[in-house]
Amino acid sequence: MDLTAILQILESTIRMSTPLLFACLAGLYSERAGVIDMGLEGKMLAAAFAGAAAAAVTGSAAAGVLAGIGAALILSAIHGLASITFRGNQLISGVAINFFASGLTIVLGASWFGQGGQTPALSEGRLAQTPLLDLFGIEDSPLLELFLGHGTLVYVALAAVPFTWWLLYRTRFGLRLRAVGENPAAVDTAGVSVAQLRYAAVGITAVLCGLAGVYMSMGLNTSFQREMTAGRGYIALAALIFAKWKPVPALGACLLFGFLDAISIRFQNIDLNGIGIPVVIPGQFTNALPFILTVIILAGFVGKAIPPRAGGEPYVKER
Amino acid sequence: MTKLPRWADVVLVPLICLLIAFVFCGLLIAAIGQNPWVALTSMIQGSLGTQSGWGYTLFYATNFLLTGLGVSIAFHASLFNIGGEGQATLGGLGVAVACLFIPWPHWSLALLGSITLSALFGALWALIPAWLQAKRGSHIVITTMMFNFIAYALISYLLVNVLRPEGAMDPATARFDKAFNLPKLADIFGVMGIPFSKAPPANIMLFVALALAVATWALLWHTRLGYAIRAFGKQEKAAVYAGISPVRITLYALLLSGGISGLMAVNAVQGGAHRLVMNSVEGAGFIGIAVALMGRNHPFGIVLASLLFGFLFQGGAQLAMASDPVTGEQLKIPREVITVLQALVILFTGALPYMVQRPLEKLFARGGR
Repeated sequence: MDLTAILQILESTIRMSTPLLFACLAGLYSERAGVIDMGLEGKMLAAAFAGAAAAAVTGSAAAGVLAGIGAALILSAIHGLASITFRGNQLISGVAINFFASGLTIVLGASWFGQGGQTPALSEGRLAQTPLLDLFGIEDSPLLELFLGHGTLVYVALAAVPFTWWLLYRTRFGLRLRAVGENPAAVDTAGVSVAQLRYAAVGITAVLCGLAGVYMSMGLNTSFQREMTAGRGYIALAALIFAKWKPVPALGACLLFGFLDAISIRFQNIDLNGIGIPVVIPGQFTNALPFILTVIILAGFVGKAIPPRAGGEPYVKER
Repeated sequence: MTKLPRWADVVLVPLICLLIAFVFCGLLIAAIGQNPWVALTSMIQGSLGTQSGWGYTLFYATNFLLTGLGVSIAFHASLFNIGGEGQATLGGLGVAVACLFIPWPHWSLALLGSITLSALFGALWALIPAWLQAKRGSHIVITTMMFNFIAYALISYLLVNVLRPEGAMDPATARFDKAFNLPKLADIFGVMGIPFSKAPPANIMLFVALALAVATWALLWHTRLGYAIRAFGKQEKAAVYAGISPVRITLYALLLSGGISGLMAVNAVQGGAHRLVMNSVEGAGFIGIAVALMGRNHPFGIVLASLLFGFLFQGGAQLAMASDPVTGEQLKIPREVITVLQALVILFTGALPYMVQRPLEKLFARGGR
């Protein structure tokens, strides 16, 4: 494997990690506030569809992004209603939202565009691919391209990591958000509304899921295809556990899982004979590796992953 | 707080949830410019209007009955096993092993063999998540979900690299020996002198599944283990105080759950496709969640709910082919409408029951005065 190939894989890693990072941070806000979100996948899918559909109709990428975030917000509102207001089962609500998005995107897509659930290919409505390189007028070099050659959303996702860290650990809102995920009764006693905080968290989750979705259908691809998120919402959830619900490790986990994604796109099977090991790693193994690694982490063999304590429990005020 | 009368809680609440889901899907069909009434009638015609339609409805209902029972046993222990899909996928591997590598002298022995192996494989696939839940407290929903993906990868690898017959293009096993084909409903009814369509794959597993529903009921309400599972699910601390081991009950409940979900493959793989293909489960593991919720976790309710979803699944498949009876025009309704309906049933019965229960409680409180 030559240098160009390595650079290409690394570049692809950054691109494949971006939707994972958005979705993983999305899950982080929700779960740190005590609302488990199995519905990341569904929200991404709905946003990917709404974004590509709106951009195809209007020809405007901005309209697409807004529509994508809007779709994710609607699904998040349902999840919030079920898990905060009506104190239902958060896990079941998330699973239901995934099916809902999976079915609805195909039904609407097939009847609006008549292409079996696909949206028309975008030309002008695509997310702008103005790499920083062009912006500064720097000449192309493969190495610079790796760091500066991506679309805007890639840098938004990367910037969201330190921003999330700052918000969670250095602001009053962040302190309350973490508290409401660990001990909502204490937050309530301090006179802060548990429901409001959780709705705020679920709202942030929706915006980030929206960005993850539109990046997939309008940045990585030029149209929406049925089931195009292909389990990435679940991989993001795995990354969140892998990162133990912390923003900076989340970046590492998403880069690792994005790298696996990039590898499996480039190679069907990985032949290690070239470096003297008589083993061929099948592509299916690479695909399953994020989940296998997370199960190992969950098993507690490599440092225990402890979720926020109040996760999954609806808060009931004492009377 | 007033309580609902039992019949209202058990019958009325699921029916209202179902009604809301149907109305929403009707509106959705209207929104894409189609006639919901025509859609509903062509679904009924396609699934209940002919013998062949009934046969397919019962075939799918058998799948959903088994996965639904699987989900419900775990639910009784307050464990949400969403790994039915993966467990049934592995069950399919068990069926393939039983039917490809063992020369059974008779289909009935082959059936016993594939039942044993599919249940064993399904249960084994639930074992690691169960152990992690029991010993490490890792959330069962997360781990079973991940094991679904690992199961897809494993089966895909085995079908492409190991089990595919030489020279074949598609990733699937060879066809099973014809002698292992399960008796279809037509054969069974034929013995009784009732003619029935030979086309649909509905088979003897329907009766096995029904017997299993009775067995599940007996297990849950008439055995020591069933009592322990329910007690553990209702109040873990009280159960522990009563000497029930949480580790053991978690393991038992999830192994049973995985085993029954694995059995689904006998119907789908040995009874239906006669070979193991990719995605042999076709989402039945997930539909089992809706079935268990809709059936209120009671085997009798689950039998009814699986019939309902069998009807929806078969009707939805017909929907894509149906045409308007008046104009003769092809209906343009994708079958994924059914996925939306399934999602809404799960949402309302599983996550938003209070939304339906509370207004009902008020209504009954007023009526009772």
